[in-house]
Order: sequence, then C-alpha cells, then structure tokens
Amino acid sequence: MAENTVKLHYNVDPDDFTVAGEASGAVKKVLKQLGFSPDVIRRVAVAMYECEINMVIHAQGGHIDVEITPEKIRMIHTDQGPGIKDIDKAMQEGFSTADEKVRELGFGAGMGHPNMKRYTDDLKITTEIGKGTVVDMTVLVK
Amino acid sequence: MSEKKELLYHSVRLETDFCKGCTTCMRYCPTQAIRVQNGKAKIIREKCIDCGECVRRCPYRAKKVLSDSFDALESYKHNVALVAPAFCGQFSKAVNIDVILTGLKHIGFDDVFEVARGAEVITEKTKEILASKNHDGPLISSACPAVVRLVAVRFPSLSENIIPLTSPMEVAAQMARKEAMEKTGLSDEEIGIFFISPCPAKVTAVKQPLALEKSAVSGVIAVKDVYMRLAHALQGVKEVEKLSVAGKDGIRWARSGGETEALGISNYIAVDGIHNVIKMLEELEDDKLNNIEFIEALACNSGCTGGPLNVENEFVANSRIRNLSENLVGKPIDYDGISLFWDKKVDYEPYSPLDPDINEAMRKMQLMEEIYNRLPQLDCGSCGSPNCREFAEDIVRGKAQERDCIFRLREKIEMLAKEITELSKMIDE
Repeated sequence: MAENTVKLHYNVDPDDFTVAGEASGAVKKVLKQLGFSPDVIRRVAVAMYECEINMVIHAQGGHIDVEITPEKIRMIHTDQGPGIKDIDKAMQEGFSTADEKVRELGFGAGMGHPNMKRYTDDLKITTEIGKGTVVDMTVLVK
Repeated sequence: MSEKKELLYHSVRLETDFCKGCTTCMRYCPTQAIRVQNGKAKIIREKCIDCGECVRRCPYRAKKVLSDSFDALESYKHNVALVAPAFCGQFSKAVNIDVILTGLKHIGFDDVFEVARGAEVITEKTKEILASKNHDGPLISSACPAVVRLVAVRFPSLSENIIPLTSPMEVAAQMARKEAMEKTGLSDEEIGIFFISPCPAKVTAVKQPLALEKSAVSGVIAVKDVYMRLAHALQGVKEVEKLSVAGKDGIRWARSGGETEALGISNYIAVDGIHNVIKMLEELEDDKLNNIEFIEALACNSGCTGGPLNVENEFVANSRIRNLSENLVGKPIDYDGISLFWDKKVDYEPYSPLDPDINEAMRKMQLMEEIYNRLPQLDCGSCGSPNCREFAEDIVRGKAQERDCIFRLREKIEMLAKEITELSKMIDE
C-alpha cells in the first residue's frame, strides 16, 4: 500500500569519502524512529553503507532510493559508473578492483558485495559495462 | 516499559531559577535530550545519559548534579573514601598519593581505598576475556557509565559488544567493605563506602545501576565538594601515612588511553569526549571496525580527569597523575569473593518510536518530512528544539507547534498582513 511507504531519496557525491555513509546514517536514524528491531537496522545500515562506498569508489556517485514499509526495507542504488565486469567474481570475498590509492585509504578489501549478500534477503545487481549499475537490495522484517 | 522509564533516575538536574533559557545546553547535548520551553530548559529523561555535558556548558550554572553531601557520613559508624585515580590529579600541593589519602583521613573519613586497585582487577579480567577469543567484533569497555547508558538508548545492536564486567568503582567498593568489616568487626550496614566522583554518570550508576541489582557504594560525593576541605587539610598533614598500594596500571585509568595501555594490546581505539564516542559507535554499528579488538570509550574529554565535577584543568591533572604514578608498582590483589560481572543484561531502552503502531509511525514520519521541508533548516534553536529535524519530530509527537518557529511565524504574519491590506482595499472601493 502506497500510503504505508516511507520514501527517502539521497544523492551520493563522487570521490568524497568524507560524506560517504551519510545516507546510511540517515536511514539508520529513520528506522530507529519507526521502531524497527536492532537486527533489521544493523543489516540495512551495513548493506547500504557498503553500497554507498562502492558508488563513491567506483562509480562517481549516484543516487539511492529507499522504500520502507512495515514488512520490508528496499534500497535501490543507481549509478552511471563503469559497470561491473564479472559479477560472480565481485561476489567473492577478498576480490576487489579498487586501485592502490583507494586501498591506501583502507577501502577495497573485497568485502563489499559479500557483505551486501550476507546482510540482505534479496540482492539484485543489474549492470551494463560503460552505462552503470543498479543494486537493488531488500531486507525483510521478520 | 513506560513504567520503567518513569522510574529512570537522573543525577543531572535543572536549577530553574538560574536558567535563562539561552539554549546553550540544548545545542551541546549529545543525545538531543534538552528542549527550551517557556523560557526554561527541560531535560527529556528517557534521552538523558547523565554525561554532564550540559553541566559543563551552562553559562549560568543552572545545571546541577544531585550528589550526597558530607553529612551523609553521619549515618555510618565507619566511613571509607573510595578514591578514583582522577582525584589524585586535583591538588597542586600533593607531592605523592599518600599525602592525598592521609588528608582524607583528616577531613572525616576513617579509611581510604583506591579505585585504581579495582581497575587493576578489571584489567586482569579484561585481558583474560580478550585472550579467550569467544567474542564477535570489537569489545567495548564498560568502565564509563555514560557510555553504557548511551549504548542502551541509542546503539541497540552494540549492547552485546560491551564487556559485562562491573566497574573498578564497584570492585573497589566491595573490597573496601570487606576490608573494613575485617578491620573493625562492624556489620555491613554500619560501614559507609563513599565514592568521590568526578562526574554525574557515576552518581547515577550508584543510585540506579544499569546492570547491577544494587551498588556496593553507599553514597557519592562530588570532587568539588571535597576539594576545599581537603586542600586546607593537606597543609596540616604532618605525618604522611603509607596508604597507597595501587600501581601505575590502575592509576593511569584516570586519563583517556590509560585503561588500554594497561592491557598491553595494539589493535585498539581509545576515544574520549561524548561527541567523539558517538561518532565511533556509529562506525562500529556500520561494521567498519573489524580489525579492532578493544574500544575504550570515555564520555569526558581527556578521560575521567575531564569530568565536570572536577576542579583542576584536565590536562594539568593528567600531567600530574603521570608524574605521581610513574614509578608505582601495584601489589597482587586478592579478589576472592568479589563479584566482577554484571548481574543482569543491559536492555535496549530506546527513546520511544514515533508511534507504537508502525503504520501510524510511518504516517508521522511522512508528515515529519513534509514539515521539515517547510522549515528554514538553519538549526537556530529559537523554537526550543535543538535543530529543525528534531523540531519537526517534536511537532509530530505533539510536543511543539509549527508557529514556534520564528521564521514560519513571520511568513504567516506577512501573509496575514497582505490579506488585511487586500481587505482594507475592498472597503475603500
């Protein structure tokens, strides 16, 4: 039901590590105010943060749409970045295409996609080389 | 649940007559627990963690800490002062810790006991827990009661990360009590164990412990209330008794980083200052600190020496404590029969959601967004809420009205004025 959906929209700035995590932080606060359980809040926050940071590192930013209903939280991350060459590889722990500069900052440990999968109930990645990527994640409220 | 909340004890209080409604405390409160209504500050009890930031910031000294007075000693036959390591940095004239401890026996205490000894026990136990590796993610020290309360109200998923060890103060209180009973032959009720506190959070931790059924401490006296008496008495101390037994490992808990240094580990974070602590816990909540073993988090800047009830500047106190404890080596401590762990789990007690019914909460959330988008988003605080977001929330919670915003009020008056002009034109016609 549309009236039972809280919709939130965030823009993610490119190349700015200092603000990465702002969207997931804001969503975390909203979920607490709505009274969701600690477990749900944590899963959403971690999955969303990983995705947000990926958008900053690989995709020159993008935008995030969050839909909250009493049953589930859906997060759609859209970017116009380079796309993911090999999704199966990206899902492997420790696999990363982040460059040296990014790794020096402590990112690029290859845990992004595995964590997204681990913390969500549904993960759909649609990607096209040179066009961009849409990461659509859902956390169910059980 | 609501019944429990009403019973929440707080040591931080407002002295209404002194409050000018200036909004300083409201702007600095780390948990947005203060509102200014009808020209006076008001503390939202469910949100307050007794960190004392408002006590420190209030320019009119309207924030008070409800601690025990010296008269409380009269209720007991034998009184022991529990001396926190931070206390030892308060006095410029003290050449060693024994002088301070002896001085306390001149101002009404029958005996003294160093909290640093309790800290040494906790250090030993923490080492064991860290070595056991039966835990997930970084462990958080439970030493600072304001931080423990912060986790309970704001970081639900982190309560499992807190080490369920009781505080050095509680360990020291039990040991002091046992020692006093053995020395004097008096009963439990005849012995007063008084903690001299640098902060309001410790007062609350004694009056209403979060994770214990009952505190072993009988009363809490603020450092500032002991300071003058002791400073005078120190000049009269001729024969210094050898009372200090704690070592450097316990005493350096007084400052930020001290607890962790005593653990001898390298993958740790020592964070101080409540706003910094919140930032760090946010990171931990987002799973960003995986390689960290231990987090020492203290609500006051510089650690316990930065407590709002202290007298001395925290940097001076830290330097002094370093000098006083540099060569002190602790003695083995017998803590047989002393309980070191929490009696109960710390429950998640969040400030109530927008509504108990999720559908209604979501409706209010949408309304809140709409209201927020109408607000000037200057976070000026003139409405009596700490920022525009909190103000929008207060409106949907029925605790504020949109016209409390002076910018929105001005817009409305302008509209009204226009309408009056239009109407008056119609009369002329």
